[in-house]
Amino acid sequence: MSSYVAPLKDMLFVINELAGLDDISKLPGCEEVNAELVEAVLGEAAKFAQEVLEPLNRVGDKEGSKLANHVVTSPAGFKAAYQQFREAGWNGLGGMTEYGGQGLPHLVSNPVQEMWNSSNMAFCLCPMLTSGVLEAMRHHGSPEQLQRYVPKLTSGEWSGTMNLTEPQAGSDLAAVRTKAVPEGDHYKISGTKIFITWGEHDMADNIVHLVLARLPDAPEGVKGISLFIVPKFLPNADGSPGERNDVKCVSIEHKLGIHASPTCVMQYGDAGGAVGYLVGEANRGLEYMFTMMNHARLGVGLEGVAVAERAYQHALEYAKTRVQGREVGQRSGDRVTIIHHPDVRRMLMHMKSQIEAMRALAYLSAATLDKAKHHPDAAEKRRHQAVIDLLIPVVKAWCTEQCVEIASTGVQIHGGMGFVEETGAAQYLRDARITTIYEGTTGIQANDLVGRKVGYEKGVTAMAVIAQMRETAAASTGDLSAIGQALSRAIDALQEATQWIVDTFQKNPNAVYAVAVPYLKLFGTVGGGWMMARAAQIAQCKRAEPGADVGFYDTKVTTARFYCEHILPQAAGFRQTVVAGADSVLALSEAQF
Amino acid sequence: MKVLVTAKRVIDPYVKVRVKSDGTGVETANVKMTINPFCEIAVEQAVRMKEAGIVTEIVVVSIGPLQCQETIRTAMAMGADRGILVETAEEVQPLAVAKVLKAIVEKEQPRLVIMGKQAIDDDSNQCGQMLAALLGWPQATHISNVTVNGDSAEITREIDGGLEKLTVKVPAVVTADLRLNEPRYVTLPNIMKAKKKPLENIKPDALGVDVKPRLKTLKVEEPAKRSAGVKVADVQELVAKLKNEARVI
Ligand SMILES: Cc1cc2nc3c(=O)[nH]c(=O)nc-3n(C[C@H](O)[C@H](O)[C@H](O)COP(=O)(O)OP(=O)(O)OC[C@H]3O[C@@H](n4cnc5c(N)ncnc54)[C@H](O)[C@@H]3O)c2cc1C
Ligand SMILES: Cc1cc2nc3c(=O)[nH]c(=O)nc-3n(C[C@H](O)[C@H](O)[C@H](O)COP(=O)(O)OP(=O)(O)OC[C@H]3O[C@@H](n4cnc5c(N)ncnc54)[C@H](O)[C@@H]3O)c2cc1C
Repeated sequence: MSSYVAPLKDMLFVINELAGLDDISKLPGCEEVNAELVEAVLGEAAKFAQEVLEPLNRVGDKEGSKLANHVVTSPAGFKAAYQQFREAGWNGLGGMTEYGGQGLPHLVSNPVQEMWNSSNMAFCLCPMLTSGVLEAMRHHGSPEQLQRYVPKLTSGEWSGTMNLTEPQAGSDLAAVRTKAVPEGDHYKISGTKIFITWGEHDMADNIVHLVLARLPDAPEGVKGISLFIVPKFLPNADGSPGERNDVKCVSIEHKLGIHASPTCVMQYGDAGGAVGYLVGEANRGLEYMFTMMNHARLGVGLEGVAVAERAYQHALEYAKTRVQGREVGQRSGDRVTIIHHPDVRRMLMHMKSQIEAMRALAYLSAATLDKAKHHPDAAEKRRHQAVIDLLIPVVKAWCTEQCVEIASTGVQIHGGMGFVEETGAAQYLRDARITTIYEGTTGIQANDLVGRKVGYEKGVTAMAVIAQMRETAAASTGDLSAIGQALSRAIDALQEATQWIVDTFQKNPNAVYAVAVPYLKLFGTVGGGWMMARAAQIAQCKRAEPGADVGFYDTKVTTARFYCEHILPQAAGFRQTVVAGADSVLALSEAQF
Repeated sequence: MKVLVTAKRVIDPYVKVRVKSDGTGVETANVKMTINPFCEIAVEQAVRMKEAGIVTEIVVVSIGPLQCQETIRTAMAMGADRGILVETAEEVQPLAVAKVLKAIVEKEQPRLVIMGKQAIDDDSNQCGQMLAALLGWPQATHISNVTVNGDSAEITREIDGGLEKLTVKVPAVVTADLRLNEPRYVTLPNIMKAKKKPLENIKPDALGVDVKPRLKTLKVEEPAKRSAGVKVADVQELVAKLKNEARVI
């Protein structure tokens, strides 16, 4: 079995050259960030991911987390690894500096997150949820709440969870029913939350649940939901975990993948109500969730990049060792490893080229998120915010959908052994499968894209991004002109489809939502092509420098060419579906299905 | 007590090493580099001794191109206090390394020098020994344990027959073997702090040392590919082959 090796070269290439680390270093608060620091951080993170987290990935899958008497026990080795993880300070990577975090920008923390996810996605979900809670606190917590919870969450002594989903409220969070009744300086929370990731476990000293619930007098729907902090142990005055709160895990799910990550049914208020503290103002809970959504959704998009990378490395290793058949046209002589077969090459290139495109788009989004957060100029800040709002649903849904396909190709390269658990290839496919579902399904991301992000604003930001793509296509000349032409055609398709969405959105929204997912995939496919064309341009320039890593840059250009020849042509098909495919989606009556 | 540790920059052990097409050496350009694992153990030992209150200052030295600064930063992220880069583009051979280190030892006056027993690239296993000889200091190589008590150090060495215990007078040069300790994972806050620790850059000339190579590499080539094995029918045949063909027993 292969072991994970962090793709540092590609990561650093994308960070430094494509996403533009220099621009990030110029932002206020990011002055300390430079290429040398990034290399040191990524280098040490790679070691930790490879040596500590990865060896637990199979163990976690096989053993899973276990529940007995409301106590969840994580798989062997996880607790110790978590301890090591937090002692090494990794939990505080992007955290607020005033509370012990390192305050590193997304363009640094997200690549590190990719490594955690490649090596052990189920483990990584625990710190990832904590960082989600921290993000919500950063924006909406009171000074007292920040003091009380943020240092411990930043160090990882305590972990965090997101309690949104209920049996009747999944994609539609407006249907949340969990109750919050005021009592003195706090609230009594009661109700059932389902699917709560790492909702209960033995790795941290305390668990801080962020819970969506309704006040007794709250209005119906989205404007009647509030956000509460509900700690597993109520903190004592000195900050230590105190009295056990009235919240418990009543069951955990048996699932397709991420077995090590407990997915908990959480029961609040069986003994009269769990003590909860309101975050921000009443009835604004869903709005608050939205402020941290970009952060969380980019995180899941990165899971897609990460698991796809792992599946690729695993398949590549197998392709280099499995001997089967002879080279095309040879009837005698030695049998060869399957990497000699053209179709296996095609599968590997299919994986590799899309992963590199996905990584580039995800890191570009990270850089854009940093600029939206830190840019000193208000207009620039707004512009970057609009771009990131547009890109997030694309990165989340496209990277995860492609990841499922890539992990499936990984199984295919293993032949029969891919279907057998022993090789480990199947785990990546099983783990990947959740990424298109949680944090908003692909359907919900696509709705967001065609609705809030393109339809309502009449395509203004989308067209601005398309104009940037055109600049890249136009600059792909000389040896890269074939790439430029392929990209141009794909951009035409994207622009036409975008125009159709804008034109149709008011008069026939149902038609728009019927083709929202093909439109999102079109956006991702062309966005990926844009990134690969830029990568090829940079590679072309860099390879001429003295001492350049010619092998790396040539590989990049060839990979970009493959993307243009094999992936980008799909854009025309998606466009056709978008502009002409809505009717048949909606034509059948329910009874005709 | 002040300690001097060394940190050589070598090809990362995860990387597959390739011989240059012209046979002059191995490919190091654009290859991931890291701190020599035995030097890492040496640094770890110094840091542990500092944490135990025996050592007051750790100075880390690397000799080579400018990029060795990264190696020094790694050692400083582990806990070394300051760094010295002796910058040179020359291929530095063991005797040159020992001479450079001697000059630095004379300047810094450490009570103990801890080095890796060898570097995983050239596997020379000579620098520590040469340095001790040049300084006229005691040496203890391939150590798996060290405790310093005042003017002497109790040492355990790994030798073919087992473990050898000895006492050396300090100042001394010791070289670390694999089982001396297990180096820690560098923590993120310490990576950030390492950026601010002092790092001095000096040239061999300034130390009055000529680092010109004295050995000439004639040719580097890949080891011969292993040919296919043969299946033996039973133990008797195996023993016979080991005796008569392989002549190893
Ligand atoms: C392993 C796991 C971990 C999870 N972790 C957490 C967690 O930590 N915290 C938490 O709060 N939740 C968590 N969830 C819940 C997760 O976010 C929801 O499962 C997800 O939002 C989908 O909701 P649902 O399961 O109710 O599906 P539904 O909303 O019932 O969706 C079913 C199908 O209908 C589609 N659909 C629904 N509404 C629409 C619409 N308006 N337009 C188009 N299509 C639509 C969906 O795309 C989907 O295909 C987790 C879930 C799982 C499985
Ligand atoms: C659940 C299960 C049930 C099975 N049942 C049976 C059964 O009842 N009887 C039986 O006899 N067998 C059975 N098999 C075996 C099955 O038919 C083989 O697994 C299948 O033929 C693939 O062979 P392989 O696993 O050796 O993969 P390999 O042949 O090693 O293929 C690995 C990869 O290389 C590619 N590849 C290999 N050669 C070439 C080539 N020349 N050109 C291009 N690509 C190539 C493949 O497409 C694949 O992607 C079963 C397997 C499984 C997993």
